Amino acid sequence: MTIQALKQQALEVRKTLLSMIYQAKTGHTGGALSSTDLITALYFEVMHIDPSNPKWEGRDYFILSKGHSVEGYLSALAKRGFFDESLLSTFCQYKSPLIGHPNNKIPGIEMNTGALGHGLSISVGMAIGLKKDKKPNRVFTLMGDGELAEGSVWEAAMAASHYKLDNLIAIVDRNHLQISGSTEDVMGLEPLRERWESFGWQVEEIDGNSMLEVVNALKAAPFKEHKPSLIIANTTKGKGVKEMEDIPSWHHGVPNQHLYEQAMLDFESMEKELQNV
Amino acid sequence: MSDYRACREAYTTTLLTLAQEDPSIIVISSDARGSCSLNTFVETLPDQFVEIGIAEQNEIGVAAGLSVVGKNPFVCAPACFLTARSLEQLKVDVAYSHQNVKVLGVSGGVSYGVLGSSHHTLHDIATLRCIPDLTIILPSDAAQTEAVVRTIAHQKGAFFIRIGREKIPQVYTEELGVKPFTLGKANTLREGDSLTLVSCGELVYHTLEAAKLLSNEGIEARVLDMATLKPFDEEAIIKAAKETGALVTIEEHSINGGLGATVSQIVCANHPVPVKTLAFPDEYLVTGNSLELFAHYGLDAKGIAASVTTFISQVSTL
Repeated sequence: MTIQALKQQALEVRKTLLSMIYQAKTGHTGGALSSTDLITALYFEVMHIDPSNPKWEGRDYFILSKGHSVEGYLSALAKRGFFDESLLSTFCQYKSPLIGHPNNKIPGIEMNTGALGHGLSISVGMAIGLKKDKKPNRVFTLMGDGELAEGSVWEAAMAASHYKLDNLIAIVDRNHLQISGSTEDVMGLEPLRERWESFGWQVEEIDGNSMLEVVNALKAAPFKEHKPSLIIANTTKGKGVKEMEDIPSWHHGVPNQHLYEQAMLDFESMEKELQNV
Repeated sequence: MSDYRACREAYTTTLLTLAQEDPSIIVISSDARGSCSLNTFVETLPDQFVEIGIAEQNEIGVAAGLSVVGKNPFVCAPACFLTARSLEQLKVDVAYSHQNVKVLGVSGGVSYGVLGSSHHTLHDIATLRCIPDLTIILPSDAAQTEAVVRTIAHQKGAFFIRIGREKIPQVYTEELGVKPFTLGKANTLREGDSLTLVSCGELVYHTLEAAKLLSNEGIEARVLDMATLKPFDEEAIIKAAKETGALVTIEEHSINGGLGATVSQIVCANHPVPVKTLAFPDEYLVTGNSLELFAHYGLDAKGIAASVTTFISQVSTL
């Protein structure tokens, strides 16, 4: 896909995820919007996958460690063809298979995530297993920045460099906000790059809402032989809906009818702008 | 002492044999090779071993990840840490995510005796029974442990097995003549109609010895080895309630939420008869090795027999 087409696709994912949250009257809006470009790039350009055969042995693996951003993930999976897009309208409805966190009963989802700080360990295990079998499959993991306060993340970070897992590419959705406020006020993460480097990772820092930078970084990974790769993707929480951007309360906020309709109009304007480029 | 064997050695020796035939078997440990008797395994099959260091949360997560890519992972580490520190990973990454992971908790119960309550595992049955799809097994001796490993090795699913540390007497002797293990089924080790003694893990041996003491007093106890704590053999318990009219449970666990609570729930719901639970009290224990602690808290043969005698007299006056 071209960068232009990927941007267009990301807009479609944003529209759908916002509709899911609006209809369900629940969701994690801010983080789903901040990570949309990353997930779109992975599923529509970077990862080797076969939506008609989700368990294809040659697939790259993806773990959404920040499981609460499930709305963008489900939207991308449906639009990529893993399941029928009509199912998305049941999100968080009574007896729906689509719950508020990833569930591996859904085609394309490997693991049930949502308890933070688990995804990197799971990914380390997958990467070790693939290396033992000398398989070329890669493992991608998307973590939140607030999630990095979990100690288990650093247990996994240590193990990844110990085992020289250059088939593991982790991404931090660095939107600088968590539910209670700024990450630096809640529990300071900086100097984030140096911390990961000191744990033996090869780190690249990008604008995580620039499709060009996202695709280039993901395609360049692994960044160094015998080292796990980390992408610090600087993003904006609530990206794409001006009224939500950079506001902590939109972590778990649900738009009212007015805001929802305004956001959808804005998305349509952005689409037109993209088409005119 | 020749007929004393350690369950952990039986476990890893059996696992080594199975792993030599099946390269998908991977053992994961957290700086616990010695505690788990894994040194021979590591020397023989280094490529089928993953050292995680002292990081039990990562250990279980890594095992779940290995399962996702088709491996058959066996986690081996002290039970006290695996069932508390990494409880969330056991619940979410293994059981809830339907992964094929076998978790062996060694030195469970009060095996670490004098090291204190930080190292005791007296909460695991209560805690883990609330996790759907997690099979829980507490073998009572080395022969049963070996049978457990052989039974579960090629079954896909989430398993927790708790064993002790020391060399212990054999329950499943030739003389006993009982098949050591059938998943989900209680083993009747002794017939009797005065009452039923239900136990699991290392206390099965002490319960059998208690039954012999009771027999001298004219009390003939049925003895059930409830090795599988989940799924639980409800039928065996209901049958015992109907046929013997009273039950005493004996376990190396807190009195809250373990074997006794499970048996009581089943008996109350199906055929109410008196049930007494013998277990460790809801308090931090005195200092002692496991045998000293069993004796101190009335869980050795003598203590069990004494409690049963009192219970029988109470029941008969009801």
